[in-house]
Amino acid sequence: MSIAASHPSSFYADKRGILSWIFSTDHKRIGLLYFYAIFAFFLVGVVLGLLMRLELIAPGRTIMEPQIYNQVFTLHGVIMIFLFIIPVIPAIFGNFFLPIMIGTDDVAFPKINLLSWWIYVIGAIFALLTLVVGDGPADTGWTFYAPYSVKTGTNVTLAVLAAFILGFSSILTGLNFIVTIHRLRAPEMSWFRMPLFAWALYATSWIQLLATPIVGITLLMIVAERVFGIGLFDPALGGDPILYQHLFWIYSHPAVYIMVLPAMGIISEMIPTFAKRTIFGYRAIVWSSLAIAFIGYFVWGHHMFTSGMSGPARVVFSLLTFLVAVPSAIKVFNWVATLYQGSIDVRTPLLYTMAFIFQFLIGGLTGLVNGALATDVHVHDTYFVVGHFHYVMFGGTAFAFFGAMHYWFPKMFGRMYNERTANTAFTLLFIGFNILYFPMLVVGIMGMPRRYYDYLPEFHLPNVISTIGSWILAAGLILMIANLIVARRKGAIAGRNPWGGVTLEWQTPSPPPQHNFDETPRLSEKGPYDFDLK
Amino acid sequence: MNILLSSGASNFVRGVDTSFAVILGISLFFLIGITGVMIYFVIRYRKRHHPEASQIRGNNKLEIIWTVIPTLLVLVMFWYGWTGYRPMRNIPADAIPIKVTAQMWSWNFEYANGKVSDSLVVPLNQAVKLDLFSRDVLHSLYIPAFRIKEDVVPGKNNKMWFIGQEEGSYDILCAEYCGLRHAYMLSKVVVIPEQEYYEWLADTTSVGGDEHPGLTVIKTNACISCHSLDGSRLVGPSFRGIWGRREQVVNPEGEEITVTVDGDYIRRAIYEPNAEVVKGYNKGLMISYKELISEEELTRLTEYLQTLQ
Repeated sequence: MSIAASHPSSFYADKRGILSWIFSTDHKRIGLLYFYAIFAFFLVGVVLGLLMRLELIAPGRTIMEPQIYNQVFTLHGVIMIFLFIIPVIPAIFGNFFLPIMIGTDDVAFPKINLLSWWIYVIGAIFALLTLVVGDGPADTGWTFYAPYSVKTGTNVTLAVLAAFILGFSSILTGLNFIVTIHRLRAPEMSWFRMPLFAWALYATSWIQLLATPIVGITLLMIVAERVFGIGLFDPALGGDPILYQHLFWIYSHPAVYIMVLPAMGIISEMIPTFAKRTIFGYRAIVWSSLAIAFIGYFVWGHHMFTSGMSGPARVVFSLLTFLVAVPSAIKVFNWVATLYQGSIDVRTPLLYTMAFIFQFLIGGLTGLVNGALATDVHVHDTYFVVGHFHYVMFGGTAFAFFGAMHYWFPKMFGRMYNERTANTAFTLLFIGFNILYFPMLVVGIMGMPRRYYDYLPEFHLPNVISTIGSWILAAGLILMIANLIVARRKGAIAGRNPWGGVTLEWQTPSPPPQHNFDETPRLSEKGPYDFDLK
Repeated sequence: MNILLSSGASNFVRGVDTSFAVILGISLFFLIGITGVMIYFVIRYRKRHHPEASQIRGNNKLEIIWTVIPTLLVLVMFWYGWTGYRPMRNIPADAIPIKVTAQMWSWNFEYANGKVSDSLVVPLNQAVKLDLFSRDVLHSLYIPAFRIKEDVVPGKNNKMWFIGQEEGSYDILCAEYCGLRHAYMLSKVVVIPEQEYYEWLADTTSVGGDEHPGLTVIKTNACISCHSLDGSRLVGPSFRGIWGRREQVVNPEGEEITVTVDGDYIRRAIYEPNAEVVKGYNKGLMISYKELISEEELTRLTEYLQTLQ
């Protein structure tokens, strides 16, 4: 793991050998450990997704039996949610860059940081064990809705335990970041001189810390019901299935902000760097992050508009849901305004940023359809929701993740990739993504329910188009990865600051030294994006 | 077929489609506007054309404008969503009640006079109220053409209603994932003129017809969603050739024992399905039919199984 462009003081050069990595407490090494683990699971999730799309290219059986299909979409969901999209940005880039960006040498609790990586690995092993022991992986969908999850003979107990364990990894990372941001900022770095990525992680960390325990308890209740027959959710045992839905979404709705807020933070970093100007409306973006994190707690009921929840509850949840849209809109307006009168350098990370804004807009605006009562009743549990969710999570968060990979790659590995190839890969990903997911919005409005192994003939065409899109997307992904692998071995030496960025990570060598800085970084009084500071 | 073009198959179509038009219209405006401005800025202010960036730090007036306007717009959308939805919860007192029973993986509709049907037949231009019950897990009754959907929750009596405004036959789909054959849990709602409806309703002889009374029991209880009649493997063992077959079963103690399928075993398998589960099939998926299939019906059913060799 030390083939990156090394200078003698780089953190790669400090110690060598596998043990120096898997027991390292250096936040940069832990960030990279997460990077390899999370990316591996991302690829597994992608392959499962491609198999599902292939199955759905035509009605009836194409490549697998319905039971296998149900297990594949459950595993796809569990892997993509719990092993990829929740940890991806905080655990990889948060670990690697948060301490550097706020001018310190590590997180507040380096050992807990290492522990949280190990917990992630153990949780992942539990998730994988469902494949090889007992009656096969769970077939419930990633939501584990009761009472089906109580009744089915598949490995729900193990899958739920995996999610339970992974929750601790998330809680500990959140706790670590909160304390780090409160206690370890460089002396000059007041709260409002913090980069927006740090602010986004701060808001995210509070959700991780406060919301995750609820899903932990809820998942344990499923285990108690399955193993000991305690009637909590299954009416046959005296339980209430709606209670499960409430408890599940009290976490899982805030969790979507765990998934998207850090991505918004990355976008807020990349736009100033490539527009060569300070961010527009710094404080508005900060407050909108905190507002999203706060209001996000009170909207979970919009997942249950058709569940039989009381009428007034449906109305209140719908209203609150609309209010959470406003801070997201404020961010988008400020990002676009930051491009105004900039001196824009159109590089690969900026292309990902633009794609993020376009796709996140579609994801957010389709969310309004889901938030309105009349329209949600029609599209609830259809492919419209699947399309909406993937526009936010894949088109939004994962595109921000890809953008960040290209943005910080030279800093993390000290080398530069081939930009022309990177742009080609981006183009394939952008086109493939939209061909893959836009038809889902259409087929959802037409009325095709989600989690369908087979479908009515009138849904055929959008499904064919969608599957073709998945192949283009896969081609883009392969090209992107190949380009980065080649760059890591053979790329040109990147230097300290290839983009002309002004946040602190660009003031240190690439890759950074063991203790992050070789000289005291300079901070501007005018905030984190002061391009007059030369 | 684009169902958004169908013009009012139910009384809710107009309200829902108006909400769609308002929300999607505003959304499209913002999507095109913001994306357009973003692309314009990137081209207009690219480095070559605009080498020196202006360090504009913000503008409070703009922040207020783009906080207040979206807030007002989302309140408009909320209002349309609410008004399109409100009638769905106000069930008229004179609506015709129909009891819907969902189970893995079939729908069953029972009318006030006791008539039972596997498709939902309703009179044109009359309010119909559905009382939703589930025998096992969550299901969701979804009629895309009518723009309505409500979950069917075990242990709970959810309700929904509608007025069919155009004659025809429309798909009923299960929208809440319910296991293996979720995608096949389909039925139809058939809207027919009032006169025809009452004739159909009065004709209670049509159920079964000439078929074996045991087969009727099997059909009305939806046994065939899980147990095939042609030997193919579904969720449970096929009924073909089941009589007299020797099966490996797992008893409550977890031991594997061999039983011969006879009247006694069939009785146990229907009244206490989880006591002896045939090896290779999952426990817990079948409910007890003790309350649903009488001794008399059981005898007919057993007779029928003997003929399925």
